[in-house]
Amino acid sequence: MDTLLLSRIQFGANISFHILFPTITIALGWMLLFFKLRFSATGDRKWMDAYMFWVKVFALSFAMGVVSGITMSFQFGTNWPGFMETVGNVAGPLLAYEIMTAFFLEAVFLGIMLFGASRVKSWVHTLATFLVAFGTTMSTFWIIVLNSWMHTPQGYELIDGVVHATNWFEIVFNPSMPYRFVHMMLASGLTVAFLFAGISALRMLWGDRGEDVKSAFRVGVIAGAGLIPLQILAGDFHGLNTLEYQPAKVAAMEGNWETGPNVPLVLFAIPDEEARENRFEIAIPNGASLILTHKADGVVPGLNDFVADDGEILHPRVAPVFFSFRIMVGVGMAMLLLSWSGLALLRRYGAGDIPKLPLYTFCAMSFSGWIATLAGWYTTEIGRQPWLVQGVLATKDAVSDVPAAMVLSTLIGYLIVYAVLILAYIGVITYLALKATRSEPYSTRNYPRRGEARVAALQPGE
Amino acid sequence: MNYFGDPSIWLPWTFAALMGLSILIYVVLDGFDLGVGLLMPLADEDEKDRLVASIGPFWDANETWLVLAVGLLLVAFPPAHGTILTALYLPVFVMLVGLILRGVSFEMRAKAPIAQKPVWNAAFFVGSLMASLSQGFMLGMYIMGLTWTLPHVAFELLTAIFLTVGYSFIGSAWLIWKTEGQLQIRALGWAKGGIWGLVMGIGAISLATPFVSTRIFDKWFSWPEFAYLSPLPIISGALVIFLWWQLARLPLLNDRWSWTPFAAATALFTFAYGGLAYSFYPYVVPEKITIYEAASAPESLFIILIGTLFVLPAILGYTILSYYIFRGKATALRYD
Repeated sequence: MDTLLLSRIQFGANISFHILFPTITIALGWMLLFFKLRFSATGDRKWMDAYMFWVKVFALSFAMGVVSGITMSFQFGTNWPGFMETVGNVAGPLLAYEIMTAFFLEAVFLGIMLFGASRVKSWVHTLATFLVAFGTTMSTFWIIVLNSWMHTPQGYELIDGVVHATNWFEIVFNPSMPYRFVHMMLASGLTVAFLFAGISALRMLWGDRGEDVKSAFRVGVIAGAGLIPLQILAGDFHGLNTLEYQPAKVAAMEGNWETGPNVPLVLFAIPDEEARENRFEIAIPNGASLILTHKADGVVPGLNDFVADDGEILHPRVAPVFFSFRIMVGVGMAMLLLSWSGLALLRRYGAGDIPKLPLYTFCAMSFSGWIATLAGWYTTEIGRQPWLVQGVLATKDAVSDVPAAMVLSTLIGYLIVYAVLILAYIGVITYLALKATRSEPYSTRNYPRRGEARVAALQPGE
Repeated sequence: MNYFGDPSIWLPWTFAALMGLSILIYVVLDGFDLGVGLLMPLADEDEKDRLVASIGPFWDANETWLVLAVGLLLVAFPPAHGTILTALYLPVFVMLVGLILRGVSFEMRAKAPIAQKPVWNAAFFVGSLMASLSQGFMLGMYIMGLTWTLPHVAFELLTAIFLTVGYSFIGSAWLIWKTEGQLQIRALGWAKGGIWGLVMGIGAISLATPFVSTRIFDKWFSWPEFAYLSPLPIISGALVIFLWWQLARLPLLNDRWSWTPFAAATALFTFAYGGLAYSFYPYVVPEKITIYEAASAPESLFIILIGTLFVLPAILGYTILSYYIFRGKATALRYD
């Protein structure tokens, strides 16, 4: 394998590992704020119990996100020097704003949010929790702006092969940014919703009937059931946007070779790039035309339009895009089915008496958000190939000339570390759930908590 | 030359200064928490928790200064970013794996089953060691002009060891400030054992740097520059003597002066760093690319600068707030 392919795999491995953790922390930060505010409003201790359990997951995920994110910031330079040399004038300020307005905010206030409860007033702690959640969202915003600009660049001019910014409003609000941002925020919300439901279901199966567990389960199911229709809608809009700006990607997603009307919706096939046709195709007639143009005879672009006269292929590899897209949609449909069944079960049985089979299903779906998110990112990122920045910079022109052996050896190193850490992460979350099941809830333990002891000392008369 | 007239002059200069400042802040702040990680094997089981507690609320933010520094290199000097980081490919890999191990074991050691704790403690140490050694190695490579030759690698291995011992020193100085009782006394012992790394590291770099190029030699050893620069080594020497004296007489009644070793170590790092910056200016890639040649387009730098003017004071403000909230001796890390 050559340096280009190895570098792509390495970057893909690093960014895939990284995105797992922000996907959790983006929405979990807001959920923790929700728990904290519910506790402040109702005084019901179950919310504090839920907060105390999930804040541990947050701290762990945040640390994994920070350290894997540092890797990302170095990879631009070690593997893709051509990227910053060509588009640095646009990418640079966006990354700088991400670091300055988001990274420091979340990292500094995380310390106060985690360990400061007994040292600051309650409202300061709530504010710190808010700022951490806000910081993760700002971080999402800036990085999505940059990523979207790489798909739908505008507001720039090329001078001597280097991109110069001409209109920052156009750069920030580039055509695919709103769709991508909403799609990612909802993906994070769904990931956390199913994590809540799955881990709570696990604790219920272990016999934990605590109010905090039931509440977290309820929040997870309701959030999942509420967000998934929105996500399907957002995904549809995003697809239409992609059709307009990156038709080759849509052609690969649909597995459609010839441009034309009445294009079927391919449910399953094995795309064969040599023969330029699908094998074992199962399809719904007119389906793709209906979804993409809302007309049965609407014209859908085909992959054969993206082959140059000299035979050079200008569309992405079909199979990875085609299959990742189907995995994403498949997981989304499973989420829809399960969360709406979950709603019905909640109405019929209440959170405490849900039958075992659905509980097992929720357990199995605990990390389904990760799979859908990764599959979605693979669809859009592999779908942009052979471009790194659509129409501006080809991926092969940005790669460094580091020897392939060096890229391969570091890649193996990263993969080993990542495999061990993902197993450890899932293992520890399971262990935390087990420990929480076996020990008394946080709020009824009778040793004095630091925060309360301090409040009592300050107000001896009450 | 009109410095504030031509943005292609003062913008690169400003960004080089900002980048230099973030690297310095990173080296001091993550220096002490990497140093605390390096001291883990020397501490007994209870002390290990206290060591980690002393850096708990800060380490995430400390590492963010590294992201800012590399980010500024990336955004302000893109060609230099590519050149430097491809040359440092392997040590950067070692550092990143080290930082990952460290950050993860920080959380895992407290959350994984108790039987796994020694494994995560070991990973915390190994991660800190990998990060420190590779940073020292990169420092040496940068001074030697980013080339792999045998004598250079020998020098780089030396700087790797010196910086690691130097970090363990500033880590002990932090512990002298943030702990009390038996642990503080042990930290004093560790500091006495580590101060040679700092002294020899600064010494080796100071001796080697002028001989890397005649340009740097002339910057230091021509008249009258020599006279203007002489306070730098003199004050550094005085700080070392002060440290030696303080380490011998601490701890004092009511914990007086316990902050001084950390302050003196910070000052030493700052002076050594200032000397390096003086040597290499105006180059960002030693002897090859200057900051003016490597700089991004002025309009892009300008849009970052506007934001920086508002955001950087805020960052410094809430960072200080965080250190203020967690002032005093380190207490056990708890979420409630």
